[in-house]
Amino acid sequence: MAQPPSEARSPSERRPDQASPSGRQGQGRVRIKGTRKGLAITLDEGDWQELLRELDNRLGQAVRFFAGSQVNLRCGRGDISQQDLQEVLAVLARHNVELASLETRSRLVAEAAQALGIRLALPEAPAAPLEPRTPPEEWSEGVLVHRTVRSGQSIRHPGHVVIVGDVNPGAEIIAGGDVVVWGRLLGVVQAGALDNNQAIICALELRPTQLRIGTYIAKSPDDSRRKRVQPEVASVLDGQIVAQPWTSR
Amino acid sequence: MPGTVITITSGKGGVGKTTVTANLAVALALQSQHVAAIDTDIGLRNLDVVMGLEDHIIYDIVDVVRGHCHLSQALIRDKRLSGLQLLPASQTHDKSAVTPQEIAIISQELAANNDFVLIDSPAGIEMGFQNAVAGADEVVIVTTPEMSAVRSADRIIGLIEAAGKGPGRLIINRINPGMVRRGDMLNTFDVIEFLAIDLLGVIPEDEAVIVATNQGRPLAFEQSRPISRAFHNIAHRLLGEDIPFLPIFEEPAETILTRLQRFFRLRQSGPR
Repeated sequence: MAQPPSEARSPSERRPDQASPSGRQGQGRVRIKGTRKGLAITLDEGDWQELLRELDNRLGQAVRFFAGSQVNLRCGRGDISQQDLQEVLAVLARHNVELASLETRSRLVAEAAQALGIRLALPEAPAAPLEPRTPPEEWSEGVLVHRTVRSGQSIRHPGHVVIVGDVNPGAEIIAGGDVVVWGRLLGVVQAGALDNNQAIICALELRPTQLRIGTYIAKSPDDSRRKRVQPEVASVLDGQIVAQPWTSR
Repeated sequence: MPGTVITITSGKGGVGKTTVTANLAVALALQSQHVAAIDTDIGLRNLDVVMGLEDHIIYDIVDVVRGHCHLSQALIRDKRLSGLQLLPASQTHDKSAVTPQEIAIISQELAANNDFVLIDSPAGIEMGFQNAVAGADEVVIVTTPEMSAVRSADRIIGLIEAAGKGPGRLIINRINPGMVRRGDMLNTFDVIEFLAIDLLGVIPEDEAVIVATNQGRPLAFEQSRPISRAFHNIAHRLLGEDIPFLPIFEEPAETILTRLQRFFRLRQSGPR
């Protein structure tokens, strides 16, 4: 039913002499987070080229999630030149991501950004330290969609998504967290779009065109002769996506 | 009070938008309503052929938009039925020859003097569709009981919702009662459950539609055929009456021969 990810990505190609300040493997200095205003990418201090490579990696891991989205960029370094910014824009553009705004506390960086026509966002708390505050995949909010999601419609959200209604074939749901469908799920759903293999997808009737959880992909079994319709939960078990009947536990 | 502007659309082509538009226009006019039908399928006009008014065309909708004539000059009156008018599409331009705003203005003008304005939409979800729904008070979606058409209807309903024109109401065209009974065709319930919108009518399949189209005389002019009754019922529902749906799952007219055939078929396959 499921295929393992096509290629496992090495955590990062960081040189050993540059230890991550947070100590996390691979995603220490590029943090992607869903916020109230949308997606926020934070580039901590460190070698600029390393940061860009890491950003490129992270975006490449969840292409479907990022493509066409707008992000807010936060930069920790205060010495980013116009050329550096152009490089970041190029990386974002390669993944079809638009830079909505840049957040910086450095006047130098702000001037470089303005020269490029990048919109500046006010830092949330000017005096706050730029050290990692929260783990990267922490979702603060979910959305509740109270209608039928029809063919051609797409719902993207960095957090959890709850649909009260059907998800028809040709519709897609892309969520950073879990997806719950209180209805029939017939379309394409991606849960845990930022490489969260722990995410789950559940529906009253789970008959999707395709399911994706984290880095795993599965399609519905070809056997369409369903004996009875019952609520099911899909999750990653032993390296593949498995759907199990929902029982109160 | 201005009349109601109703756009008839489908997404997928060939499901019977134009046939439905022509027949509903006739059925409403037979109820003493003033009806103006607009063909917005610019470049591929058809409604004039189905309504049998092709040889009366002097001006078309593009002429109106470009100021070559007055709206009243482009309208073709149906001599068979007072109160029925057609604003034909142009055959020599394309969809970009008019804008959604222009269609909306024309439909408003027509609604001022008519009880109903029926807009026949082209297939597709592009410019032509945007033109057709811009002025609509209500949208009627036509589908056939095939998965491909139902999927397209689903897509188009999403776009109608996005345009703020409500989910619309559904007409299921070309239901074949025999196939439904044998379980070879999606039935009304399947389609409605999938699309989750209100049903406006169910129209049985009838070969006579082809003859009627070739002759330019919509079947709604007749009274007795099941398909004609289906169109009249939809007209009554558009007028706000509560009309029960046709018993579409019965054969329209069961003769002794077909009855015997059915009896033997059942005997052969045994009771289910």
